[in-house]
Amino acid sequence: MKNSSIYKFSTLFKTQYANMLEYRAEIALWAISGVIPFFMLNIWTNNGLNESINISNVMLSRYFLSAFFVRQFSVVWVVFTFEEDALLGRVSPYIIQPLHPFIRYFAQHIAEQITRFPFALFIALFFFIFNPQSLWVPSFLTIIISLVSVFFSFLIQFLMQSIIASFCFWTEKASSIEKLLFIPTLFLSGLLAPVSSFPPYVKSWIYLTPFPYLIDFPANILSGNQANISEGILIQFFWIVLFFSIFMKTWKAGTKKFTAMGL
Amino acid sequence: MNIKKYLQVYSYFNYSSFSIELEYKINLFIDLLTSILGLIGSVFLLSIFFSNTDDIGGWNFNQALIIQGIYTILNGVTNTWFNPNLKEIVKYIREGTLDYVLLKPIDSQFWISFKRISPTGLIEILLGFFVLSYCFYINNISFTFWSFILLIITLICSISILYSLWFLISTTTIWFVKTWNATEVLRSFLYMGRFPMDSFSFSLRIFFSTVIPITFITTIPSEVLLGLSPAWKIMLEVLVSMTFLIFSRKFWKFALRFYTSASS
Repeated sequence: MKNSSIYKFSTLFKTQYANMLEYRAEIALWAISGVIPFFMLNIWTNNGLNESINISNVMLSRYFLSAFFVRQFSVVWVVFTFEEDALLGRVSPYIIQPLHPFIRYFAQHIAEQITRFPFALFIALFFFIFNPQSLWVPSFLTIIISLVSVFFSFLIQFLMQSIIASFCFWTEKASSIEKLLFIPTLFLSGLLAPVSSFPPYVKSWIYLTPFPYLIDFPANILSGNQANISEGILIQFFWIVLFFSIFMKTWKAGTKKFTAMGL
Repeated sequence: MNIKKYLQVYSYFNYSSFSIELEYKINLFIDLLTSILGLIGSVFLLSIFFSNTDDIGGWNFNQALIIQGIYTILNGVTNTWFNPNLKEIVKYIREGTLDYVLLKPIDSQFWISFKRISPTGLIEILLGFFVLSYCFYINNISFTFWSFILLIITLICSISILYSLWFLISTTTIWFVKTWNATEVLRSFLYMGRFPMDSFSFSLRIFFSTVIPITFITTIPSEVLLGLSPAWKIMLEVLVSMTFLIFSRKFWKFALRFYTSASS
């Protein structure tokens, strides 16, 4: 079936993958720029900060390694690409194609993640050489469930950014809104400190926001720390549905405002 | 070198980039919000650390706040001057427009490093000084003329090191064309400048004072304010920053020999 959407997507994916392989050196550098969780781990264990939150050194190092992995496979940059495409006028041909332009960006992200995978594994290998006691092999079921929750976390972030990207139709420079949203993502998602260590006045409302489900929740599953799996996945699913419907609305309203730029 | 000419050119640079940036007034407001939230976020993170212990690496909460202030100032400097300009280098080299820069009767490094200015970082610098003055109050620092001079000297040195690091990485664009992600690596390492270097393990401390000299960038100016920094550390910082500046200059001259235009 040449017209089926699966065929379209797999072709898009293959071309994007070839494209990403071309830039594998950049992607390797990008993978290295994600090492912040390891530095944070160093501060935590070096000062014995984890004693009062009842997480052992080994469990904490597994947590931060998992956080590193989750972050690696949920990095989203669609707003920056879309902004550039919109300013240079590349969006115009995409819009008249019988395919939603964001399917193209989605394929780009998936292709990038697969290119990134070996580099992330390599960094993890280094981590285990320095911390051999924290080596663990999660069960097959755990891996499957964490893969699902990492993918859901990626989808939530992709949709959030897509909503912001569709603001490009109004403001041209939507990436500054993304930079604003990145701040709570950085501090509340559990990338720098596990959510379980947060003070009670933050814990009381944080689970009402999507942030802890972006990194803390999948990392807890993968590392074998405490997590309410079925509830967490359901909540992730709820955010996906919510953001998807908002995105569809803003996109529809935005394309009506669309004025072609560039060529 | 004619200093008067350069100053005049620099004022034209500022004028043109301010008029570009003021096109996006709402963005200025959003960026202000971003830097305030960023500061709140890192203070929140510090408060998590200090809710479990009284000191990390020998620094108490009030002292660690000084580092946050210094970091905010330096981050503002990076966002005002270094980031917008060095982002452009990649473009100059990829599109071959560096030709036009090299042909101008003005120093090419000066042109590339100071062409753009982004006013949003200026707000961050103000915010940093605000935090710093609050730190004076809570740490009971007696502010003398001498400590003020030392603070300015160490800050200038930090800024020179930061500039050289950014400029060195951007210079490698001449060979590798796409170094945008290398600056991301630098950015994520520099991020650790928010914390006192003594809180890291020994091996990481070595890494952060030799490979990427973050220790010199934020920790030493903060120690100067607290009166904890011995004279040799300040001398060392001056020496390191001079070395970095001279090296980045030499490296740029060296790299230009390998520049082989593009397109046209």
